[in-house]
Amino acid sequence: MYDLYAEEILDHYKFPRNKGRMDQPDLIYHDTNPFCGDEVTIMLKVENGRVVDVKWDGRGCTISQAAASMLSEAIKGKPLEELRHWGREEMLDLLGIPLGPVRIKCAMLPLKALKAAAWGITAWPHEEEADTSSPRQKP
Amino acid sequence: MTTTTRTLDPVRIRDDFPILHRQVHGKRLIYLDNTASTQKPRQVINALVQVYEEVYANVHRGIHYLSEAATERYEGARRKVAQFINARSPREVIFVRNTTEGINLVAYAWGMANLRPGDEVLITEMEHHSNIVPWQIICERTGATLRWVPVTPDGYLDLDALERLLTERTRLFAFTAMSNVVGTINPVQELVARAHAVGALVLVDGAQAVPHLPVDVQAWDCDFLAFSGHKMCGPSGIGILYGKRQLLEEMPPFMGGGEMIREVKMTGSRWNEVPHKFEAGTPAIAEAIALGAAVDYLSQLGMEQVAAHERQLVRYAYERLQDIGGLKILGPGPDDRGGVLAFVMESAHPHDIAAILDAEGIAIRAGHHCAQPLHDRYGLVASARASFYIYNTEDEVDALALALHRVNQVFG
Repeated sequence: MYDLYAEEILDHYKFPRNKGRMDQPDLIYHDTNPFCGDEVTIMLKVENGRVVDVKWDGRGCTISQAAASMLSEAIKGKPLEELRHWGREEMLDLLGIPLGPVRIKCAMLPLKALKAAAWGITAWPHEEEADTSSPRQKP
Repeated sequence: MTTTTRTLDPVRIRDDFPILHRQVHGKRLIYLDNTASTQKPRQVINALVQVYEEVYANVHRGIHYLSEAATERYEGARRKVAQFINARSPREVIFVRNTTEGINLVAYAWGMANLRPGDEVLITEMEHHSNIVPWQIICERTGATLRWVPVTPDGYLDLDALERLLTERTRLFAFTAMSNVVGTINPVQELVARAHAVGALVLVDGAQAVPHLPVDVQAWDCDFLAFSGHKMCGPSGIGILYGKRQLLEEMPPFMGGGEMIREVKMTGSRWNEVPHKFEAGTPAIAEAIALGAAVDYLSQLGMEQVAAHERQLVRYAYERLQDIGGLKILGPGPDDRGGVLAFVMESAHPHDIAAILDAEGIAIRAGHHCAQPLHDRYGLVASARASFYIYNTEDEVDALALALHRVNQVFG
């Protein structure tokens, strides 16, 4: 009944993985969602182009914080080059739930921060497009 | 003064609102987002349909039958609105798109012509962004200074600070009659008198007050009042700016175009009389006429009765929500507020509260409600908000309370 609050998502929200600060990260990016004030900071250690350690910190709703926790587990060991091309599909696969046009922004916040860190950019290309058309919206 | 005991019957009123009979996520719809926008009764929906099926043409243009019939209905709606707020004349009632456009009209037309460096515009910390941003823009352009009346921890305007802030430099005091977040009903008459005493004009944001309380612009003595049709059973896309006739006569136009002119020559133009001077272009004809139907609907219920119903409901809700662990209601106690309850919960973010409630068919708002300075004042980024109208019942408040307990179960 509560798709949004599937057990796994609540588990990540209540017991976040890899949450905390990192001493001297190789890459760090802080992003916010101005609509609801959610905040996420992603910190990465990178060796030979691969993510070898991840920490994140933040505050906000269940979706944004669980997404950050799930993402932090999924990207460990991955090549930075691959993560630069992750998008909405990868994030929604991790969450495993359909999201409407408003909550999708909560879910994408950690990935936005990750990609900005990986690219060294502040805005996500094609963000406008991605925000307005979701093939996986709730009916 | 009559002390009538007639009260609203929300159950009967609900029959007039087709949308309230639909289901959401397989549950009966409980609509508690009335501060954002209200639902529409059949009478208003029918009025819209009737205009297009029977009397639609452009207004103030043609000599033909339909244009005259549409013009008569359109101007008839203006007279109904004037009567509803007790304006001296329908000429003081300007059709705009919404409250925001009404405030922008005053900011640009009056503000650009009258504000100078050294002048001050006074607003309050409890304003909606629509009564903040236009003044920030106009102060920036004219060199005037924007000042803010603070809000006390329990959600009232700080009237001691007001004493210091209102000076002979204050050219305009713009404030809401009722907060769209904490629900505080401000003492409009007193505030207007204090502003007038220093020679300042007053703009009242009536977006929340006009749909929910009896409003008398002559008793208030405000110089401008802006409000929206869609928050008072009317269609979206139509709103009202009331202004004292003398001021409207003195103000330059806001937008130029058709309808607002008396004569256009290649060397220049002369303006039409008020209110038409401020209604450039083809207006929202059907929406204005349907707003007239909304005014009829509310007048038949009686605004005293509307206010009494909401007072009773908000008192009940205030009590029920006290029982919920970790829930904190923002703003004043139940006696000084309209039918708005903004709250935060220790267990859950406002978005999560709203999402759990949505799954139960309950519509509330989560976010900053276009009042970021007020949320900053309370050290919050967001809150959850339930707001009531004529068709809401104590049963629905019970369902809200039950769902909020459920929030604590999910996140506790």
